Amino acid sequence: MNKQCKILLNGILKENPTFVLLLGMCPTLATTSSAINGMSMGLATMFVLICSNAVISLLKNVIPDMVRIPSFIVVIATFVTIIEMVMNAYVPALAESLGIFIPLIVVNCIVLGRAESFASKNGLLSSVFDGVGIGLGFTLALTLLGASRELLGTGKIFSLSVYPEQYGSLIFVLAPGAFIVLGYLIAIFNKLQRKKETISSN
Amino acid sequence: MAKLQSSFRNMFLSLTLICLTVAVLLAQVNKMTETPIAEAKAMKLQNAIREVVPAFDNDPVAASYRMPDGTGDSLLVYPAKKGEELVGFALNSYSDNGFGGKIQIMVGFDMEHHIVNYAVLQHGETPGLGSKMTEWFRDTNKPAQSVIGRNLSQGALAVSKDGGQVDAITASTITSRAFMEAVNRAYTAYSGSREDALSGATAAAEKKEQKTTNEGEENHE
Repeated sequence: MNKQCKILLNGILKENPTFVLLLGMCPTLATTSSAINGMSMGLATMFVLICSNAVISLLKNVIPDMVRIPSFIVVIATFVTIIEMVMNAYVPALAESLGIFIPLIVVNCIVLGRAESFASKNGLLSSVFDGVGIGLGFTLALTLLGASRELLGTGKIFSLSVYPEQYGSLIFVLAPGAFIVLGYLIAIFNKLQRKKETISSN
Repeated sequence: MAKLQSSFRNMFLSLTLICLTVAVLLAQVNKMTETPIAEAKAMKLQNAIREVVPAFDNDPVAASYRMPDGTGDSLLVYPAKKGEELVGFALNSYSDNGFGGKIQIMVGFDMEHHIVNYAVLQHGETPGLGSKMTEWFRDTNKPAQSVIGRNLSQGALAVSKDGGQVDAITASTITSRAFMEAVNRAYTAYSGSREDALSGATAAAEKKEQKTTNEGEENHE
């Protein structure tokens, strides 16, 4: 069990897809204009990650090496299509605000990256935990980014007003704000990680 | 179990099997979600119509038809009836001149040329600037910027910068102009529909010819 915990934490901290690996930047920057959008994008990606990791770890021995990439993509695309249809059916408003970025999870390099570098080499349980860990890391990062941008830009978090809207700076909701906030969040994340490392090495 | 060799036969079999399984799975999910997706779409349209016209009790979507908008295109018109009497029209209008491309709106008119309300169906305007149009033009506390209740028979709408009567969204004149264009387009189609309905030319109005023509004669253009 200790091993699974390690895999889980690895995804959230040591190999956080957004703050450390800097993977999947396109949906990260584009969908985080509000906390709720960031969180839903993260959760949708997490669902795809867990399912594709599980299926690929089960199929790893029956997929010949030379066709592994097309096979992985087909598996990933299936789960993306499923979540897209389900979202359109039951949460149409959310599906509309995330727009093209839901189908684009197919080409999110985090998902294919985990399939290739982890799920195709490890067992079912470890792969599922890796999916949960990386998925949570991605979701947390996107929610944090979305919340910061929403707070700085419109004075709200999850649509709850914190301070009057006219004091917000619109740039944080627009594209440049995404880069600025992401940069600062990475800096803070690195600082905290380093502090922790020096403490543990002492 | 040892990993399968990359022989032609193995590759062919594994890819075919994976694709077949996936196809069956997706067909199942599609079957399950087909109805809810259609319902959600119909619901959205219904809500938009309900929002922009006076209270009605018919099915405007079933009674919808297309009407020329004066620029060579035609718009979908949703007639709203209370009992047998026409109370207004909802029009699915658009403009291609938004800051972020196409803007699609639902505009509702009553039978006396007044805008009842509008709803923005789709747009690609800048968040925080042009996207304010979803609320800006219906803030009835600020009559200078609201379009609600305006009578378009006295002339087309225009923003104050262009000599019109409506205050544009701050820092979003292009969006505001596009919005006005969409509303005016809707009004052209509305005038056509209204005239047809009042003179009993459309199939929808035929049944109640007697009643509507009597009422319509006084304020016929």
